[in-house]
Amino acid sequence: MKPAVLARKVGQALLAPLIAVVVAVLVTSVVVVVAGASVSEFWDVMTQPPSSRNMVNIVNQSSMIFLAALAAAIGFRMNLFNIGIEGQYTLASFTAAVVAGMAWFPGKLNILVAVVVAMVVGALWAGIAGVLKVTRGVSEVISTIMLNAIAGTLVGYLLSNHGQQYGQGRRTTPIPESSQLAGWTPFAEKDGAIWTLVLLAVLAGVGISFLINRTRFGFDLRATGMNEPAAVASGVNVKRMVVISMLLSGAIAGLIWMPALFGGADYYGPPFQRTLGFTGIAVALLGRNRPLGIFFGAVLFAWLNEQANPLALVADISPSVVQITQGVVVLAVVIAYEVVRRWAAAAEQRALRKALDEQPTAEGVAA
Amino acid sequence: MTTVSQEKAGPAVSGGGIEVRGVTKRFPGVVANHDVNITIRPATVHALIGENGAGKSTLMKILYGVQKPDEGTIAVDGQQVSFASPTDAIKVGIGMVFQHFMLADNLTVLENVTLGGESLFGIGDQARAEINRISDAFGFDLDPDTLVEDLGVGERQRVEILKVLYRGARIIILDEPTAVLVPQEVDSLFANLRELRASGHTILFISHKLDEVLAIADDITVMRRGTTVGEADPKTATKRQLAELMVGSELPSPETGESTVTDTVLLELAGVNVVDEGGRHLLKDVSLTIHKGEVLGVAGVEGNGQSELVETIMGMLRGTGEITLAGTSMGSWHTRERREAGIGFIPGDRHLHGLLLDAPLWENRMLGHQTLPPASKGGLIDRRNAKADTERIIAEYDVRTPGINNTARSLSGGNQQKLIVGREMSGEPILLIAAHPTRGVDVGAQAAIWDHIRRARREGLGVLLISADLDELIGLSDRIEVILRGELVAEFDPRTVTPQDLGAAMTGGKESA
Amino acid sequence: MSSVMSVTAARREEAAQKRTRMYYLIGLVALVSVALVRVLTGAHEIDSQGSLRAAIVATCPILLAALGGLWSERSGVVNIGLEGQILLGTWGAAFFTYYYGPYIGLLGAVLFGMAGGLIHALATVTFGVDHIVSGVALNVIALGLTTFLAEAFFADLDSKFGHGGAQQLTGLQKPFTITIPGVSDFTSDLAAKHWFLVSDVAAFIAAVTTSVSIVTVVVFVLVAVTGWVLWRTRFGLRLRSCGENPYAAESLGVNVRFYKYVAVLISGGLAGLGGGYLALVSSPGFHTNQANGRGYIGLAAMIFGNWRPGGVLLGSGMFGYTDSLRLRDPATIHAMLLLVGAWLIAFAAYKLWRRQTRSGIVLGVFGLFFLVWFLTTDEVPVDLTSMTPYLVTLLVLAFASQRLRMPAADGQVYRKGSVG
Repeated sequence: MKPAVLARKVGQALLAPLIAVVVAVLVTSVVVVVAGASVSEFWDVMTQPPSSRNMVNIVNQSSMIFLAALAAAIGFRMNLFNIGIEGQYTLASFTAAVVAGMAWFPGKLNILVAVVVAMVVGALWAGIAGVLKVTRGVSEVISTIMLNAIAGTLVGYLLSNHGQQYGQGRRTTPIPESSQLAGWTPFAEKDGAIWTLVLLAVLAGVGISFLINRTRFGFDLRATGMNEPAAVASGVNVKRMVVISMLLSGAIAGLIWMPALFGGADYYGPPFQRTLGFTGIAVALLGRNRPLGIFFGAVLFAWLNEQANPLALVADISPSVVQITQGVVVLAVVIAYEVVRRWAAAAEQRALRKALDEQPTAEGVAA
Repeated sequence: MTTVSQEKAGPAVSGGGIEVRGVTKRFPGVVANHDVNITIRPATVHALIGENGAGKSTLMKILYGVQKPDEGTIAVDGQQVSFASPTDAIKVGIGMVFQHFMLADNLTVLENVTLGGESLFGIGDQARAEINRISDAFGFDLDPDTLVEDLGVGERQRVEILKVLYRGARIIILDEPTAVLVPQEVDSLFANLRELRASGHTILFISHKLDEVLAIADDITVMRRGTTVGEADPKTATKRQLAELMVGSELPSPETGESTVTDTVLLELAGVNVVDEGGRHLLKDVSLTIHKGEVLGVAGVEGNGQSELVETIMGMLRGTGEITLAGTSMGSWHTRERREAGIGFIPGDRHLHGLLLDAPLWENRMLGHQTLPPASKGGLIDRRNAKADTERIIAEYDVRTPGINNTARSLSGGNQQKLIVGREMSGEPILLIAAHPTRGVDVGAQAAIWDHIRRARREGLGVLLISADLDELIGLSDRIEVILRGELVAEFDPRTVTPQDLGAAMTGGKESA
Repeated sequence: MSSVMSVTAARREEAAQKRTRMYYLIGLVALVSVALVRVLTGAHEIDSQGSLRAAIVATCPILLAALGGLWSERSGVVNIGLEGQILLGTWGAAFFTYYYGPYIGLLGAVLFGMAGGLIHALATVTFGVDHIVSGVALNVIALGLTTFLAEAFFADLDSKFGHGGAQQLTGLQKPFTITIPGVSDFTSDLAAKHWFLVSDVAAFIAAVTTSVSIVTVVVFVLVAVTGWVLWRTRFGLRLRSCGENPYAAESLGVNVRFYKYVAVLISGGLAGLGGGYLALVSSPGFHTNQANGRGYIGLAAMIFGNWRPGGVLLGSGMFGYTDSLRLRDPATIHAMLLLVGAWLIAFAAYKLWRRQTRSGIVLGVFGLFFLVWFLTTDEVPVDLTSMTPYLVTLLVLAFASQRLRMPAADGQVYRKGSVG
């Protein structure tokens, strides 16, 4: 009985993503056909084994997407829609780059300080939305959207007025050489290095996973997400939880770009990678807000992005087609989860009835 | 509400007989109705009785077109009918008054009444005139342009009945209409029903209160475990016979036995006030005491401050005034501290306040006790002990489930409630707040829950019992307070009080017995 | 009893009249204060014909998105996918305008927006997916799809009907514009005289009578139509009932899913038209990610407007005006500081008079801050200006969100057949 139940649960968990991937493949193929390109060439390019260089990039990109999705997932687990990851990591990345560029501290300590600053800035920016929600009843969806726009303009203003002229644009002072991390080169030198601070993603993943599943705080957080009035009645201070989880979410968001900053980006400027915050939201939905699911989602997204690069050259298809695949896979997965959930709930009811019918009832009265 | 004369109620309607033959309805894994047969004569009050979960609601939803039967036939006035939606049911003259009011708070009475029936009198002045006409004819005293959120419980029910009459229904289904009413209001509702019957309307009256059924019905059909098990003539049937038909055995009745009340004050509220944003008093100057070993019952029409009282004691709602638990002031305590101090809480709405429906049972065991052993240790979840203790509760409290990893949603109402009772009694509480502890549970679970409350009292707990079931209150309490518009207005001794006395106090008829 | 009724009816009537009078008063105070600030600071651009015109053009797409949000949320479906629906609209408008002219182009915009609405309705109404989740996913898809389709279809276009590129399609035909000859010239002249109050009114009239796009007219008509349909017709009553209590509606034979679908489709269509407006009226053509957050702003404008057409108009106007300010000279923006400061202090005084001390003090502090800012500086950085609408929204929400009343069942997943 027990292994069978486990097998069914695993099956149910995998069914939805499977359906979603199939749907996404179909939709993308249709779009490719509509655009007048060859479907087989397209999938040839997408599924060929990545080169060593691609592998390194996929790992690096996955780490940032993973952190972004993790940040979103913390909020989602308690029904807080922190749409503001984008603004939080933009502002945090900028501030951290400025602090690291100042080089107030020597070598590795400088890195530590900058990372902490990034977390604090991200947390505070997200905290504004949290405080507005609990004190003034402002929906975090709207406030974080506003805060995204404000953060974007604020950073633009600071950079253009106080940044360093560099080529066409402006940038922050590059971090000193002593604070740059060489990373790990698994292949040839020319294939690039896996950033050292990819480790941040691993640490954050393990840490958040433990926090949510094994601690009282995590239980309170999940309880609030599942049924807020019940959580209140059980003694959870929901207002405090909202602020804390926004702070936590923002702190993780602050980490997003840190692997890149100390792994070769060296400064905040025009090459800064935007929209990771929104990608993170999509991946969190895809991974069902579970760290393991998010991990697979992040790798999938990074894979798609990286493999799409040669599309224009080889198959004459714009690489932006993978954005469609990504969007469809997210929407399909949430729909598929809903369908599977209903089906599983009905199945559980059936199994329960069956089990109870076999049990002899004490009196003549059954439940 | 006053009795109205027939010519004011409008022209008499005719017809309205219903034949239900062999109706069966299955839900995933559950047979809700099985081979249901009923004959309802035109212009009669027909009572459909049965305990909770007997399948009355499903049948009623089928009759009103909310759900479709899998098998069987329904005929109205000899014509076979098939309803795809309530619209079809309304077309043949069936109207329904739901137990939980189906009203949009942010819309006006006019909008609520005309909704779905706009083709009758439009949504403007003609409709307003018609509503005023019906309202005047039946003494409903409703202003078409008031927002429904500003209306009280009784007024809301009148809006519901007005909705049905507005559509010219010949057959009116009333789902437990008296659940929210006090005895006096019940009497005037019955007067209205008799009036409707006299003008030719057919009424299907759903209830599990046998006194009421015997008082109003012309015919009685009994349901048990999803099927119709018998019919009875109210002129000859006795309560005992009906009860036996309903549950297959005699109804249990709550009784406490010897008093265990001590002199030690456990909970004391002194001058507690709670005011809403609009400046209205939700609780006004409430003072009460509960001693060790005492069950204090609180009677009142729903919505008169019971839930606010409970939430204030639990710290979910903040008010002014003094609240002390065993001599310590706990006014500044948060809900969690109050629970840790030994308050057990059986909420009135278990789905809203008591359970995480999609979480496994063992996580539900932790809910409300997550800071204490066996649920946690030093900030970490103690899965092993939490699971073991859940197994214990399931065994001790007879929660019927295949295992602790099943979700709370998969349990029946009674088993969910037993799990909650078991959980709240496990924290070694000194005070138990029980709001509607047997609402929506089957008879077996009801008796078990009553036993647990009696045991709690014997073990020296103080119990605050809130209930809409006056028999339950009288049977279990050592003392009964009546709450009206947020104020405690009267106190009774359950050994001498009658439901009528309580009803009078609950509506403000009399100050004390 | 009937006398009781007429008394309450009369009281309600009186309250409504009082409210109307108050609105007129506030409008008048606003007008006079604007005129006063303009004359005092000499920042005539603050409400010049050109400024107002730019503001109206900037308002329209936001207003369309907000109206779309209103339709959808009144039926109980939160539509955060407005952004994606606008994007789809921009592409649809560009594609169809290039091949079939601007009117078919607008229709294409509406249809593409509706297609986005259909996806959202399918996910939320049929499959019961969380509304925000579905909307976010839709936005991802729409951005990818429009970017991809633009590259696939527009890159090689080049003719008298438009000039394509990998991320744009410019030089599209525009819908016709209206100018009311006599009025336009006369009021333009009057506005140029910079007279107190007279020129302010004249500038407004000139702005709405001089080369106004037909689409702009349609947009404002749609506001009125929305108000009428939702609050004065049986269709609207049914639709709103789905957003207030879908189970009550279902119990009365209202096909809730049908109304939700219709509402979300209309919502998508309006947002799509907003996209069409962006591509054909406000700018010289299509470019990728042209919505640039307007869907979200529209949502904010709708909330600001308390889920009512009049409020939505006001909220969208505020966003549109501040958005258009970016293009104005720094002196105008500087003058705005004085205006905003004065308004805040006036509002603070009102609050204090109503004995709402705390919010009065907070508002007063903000007002003083703006005044000090005005007095101590000569200009405002442009970056900060573009931040203003977002800041203002945050402030407004922080101060007014308790007074907002959203549809009671807004955002909740509805399951058919669970009545009773």
